[in-house]
Amino acid sequence: MYNFEFAKPSSVADAVAALGEEDAQALGGGQTLIPTLKQRLASPTKLVSLKGISEMQGVCTGDDGALCIGGATCHATVAAEAGAYPALASTAAHIGDPAVRNRGTIGGSLANNDPSACYPAAALASGATIVTNSREIAADDYFQGMFTTALDEGEIITEVRFPVPEKANYQKFVQPASRFALVGVYVAKFADGVRVAITGASNDGVFRWAEAEAALSANFSADAIDGLSLSGDDMISDLHGTDAYRAHLCAVMTKRAVAAAA
Amino acid sequence: MAQVTMTVNGKAASGEIEGRTLLSSFLRDQLKLTGTHVGCDTSQCGACVVHVDGVAVKSCTMLAAEADGADVATIEGQANADGSLNVIQQAFQDHHGLQCGFCTPGMVMSAAALLKDNPKPSESDVREYLEGNICRCTGYHNIVKAIMAASGQDVGAIAAE
Ligand SMILES: Cc1cc2nc3c(=O)[nH]c(=O)nc-3n(C[C@H](O)[C@H](O)[C@H](O)COP(=O)(O)OP(=O)(O)OC[C@H]3O[C@@H](n4cnc5c(N)ncnc54)[C@H](O)[C@@H]3O)c2cc1C
Ligand code: FES
Ligand code: FES
Repeated sequence: MYNFEFAKPSSVADAVAALGEEDAQALGGGQTLIPTLKQRLASPTKLVSLKGISEMQGVCTGDDGALCIGGATCHATVAAEAGAYPALASTAAHIGDPAVRNRGTIGGSLANNDPSACYPAAALASGATIVTNSREIAADDYFQGMFTTALDEGEIITEVRFPVPEKANYQKFVQPASRFALVGVYVAKFADGVRVAITGASNDGVFRWAEAEAALSANFSADAIDGLSLSGDDMISDLHGTDAYRAHLCAVMTKRAVAAAA
Repeated sequence: MAQVTMTVNGKAASGEIEGRTLLSSFLRDQLKLTGTHVGCDTSQCGACVVHVDGVAVKSCTMLAAEADGADVATIEGQANADGSLNVIQQAFQDHHGLQCGFCTPGMVMSAAALLKDNPKPSESDVREYLEGNICRCTGYHNIVKAIMAASGQDVGAIAAE
């Protein structure tokens, strides 16, 4: 690992100022960034820890009933405290392993936008709002392809707001070596329709499956998926699974998620 | 270089670190607490698990600077005050929960964290909790058995598979 300076500000304003320096980078739980630094795939001159910022910690319910999660809240805290949105708490409880969940944060996961990560599917299916130090971004505009998001340089995710669906479920087919999703499907049913977000499958990162959403909005049952399929043409193919296998899993995991939610 | 101070196994410890110094390196290289093992470069093996402010973390994936002011517990602090093995360590010995022993410090620290939150775990609770701890020797079975025994449960029924 190349050396860097370390700073741990206690307010969002101080963190934003520190991130204004050239080649400074935010540090959430470090569960992705530290392994990346070990491989020398990044070489920041300064890491700005967000763990000391109390306004970015914790879970609460907003005036509109949405569940608000501080950007530096670790997965274990979401698992324990997001009881108002059980499918989200359960998603957090199955990220990685206990030690990863004690450090890794929701802001870090969404900023990283790993194509196989769990929270991007939860945020996209729930129609969450990503709140940063300067603006609010709808999930539909936020995810812009593998490891790519709408965040600007030095912009910090301070909070994530999740509208709570009537019914929801996340089904993850675990890639056993990494514990990430080989394919993960998050289904959320709201009064005005169903949203389906798929992670782990596409070369473009998390995406919504419009056809399944339409079918499930008309008939919220696993049968509604019968006969629907996704093309594997633009899907990830690696030693853990071919593109065709992943495409098949998308439908299977969608059915399971609907069955578990209904 | 910066100064960090933390409590390690109940005693104050401090040292000079670089920004990049990992908690595992600080414990092993500066405090000479080499019981915390480093088995991988990818944050996947769990040999390095310690407790920071009461929760299990991978010390290879946390900067020493992040532990400034924290209360850290490592395998060296697990034995009873008289030096005898604690309940979990003794159960690992009694049930052959280790072979080469490389994964054992992390296994014992993960087990301690589990039993603190869940004093009577089911077998599947134990297996699920150990997802981030890799053992290349035992096949896990006797590790699970040891942890079940350490929780005071009857392990006679857990037959070897
Ligand atoms: C063994 C293992 C298993 C895992 N399994 C899973 C899994 O099953 N599912 C899953 O989804 N993930 C998994 N992860 C990843 C884990 O969830 C990480 O915690 C997460 O991807 C990154 O969060 P972090 O807080 O650790 O971010 P960091 O590693 O600190 O940072 C990641 C990136 O985000 C930036 N960043 C951090 N916080 C913010 C913020 N608030 N605002 C803006 N930018 C920010 C950083 O600059 C960096 O670029 C696993 C990781 C490991 C090591
Ligand atoms: S050494 Fe820390 S997880 Fe492998
Ligand atoms: S006893 Fe050898 S790795 Fe577990």
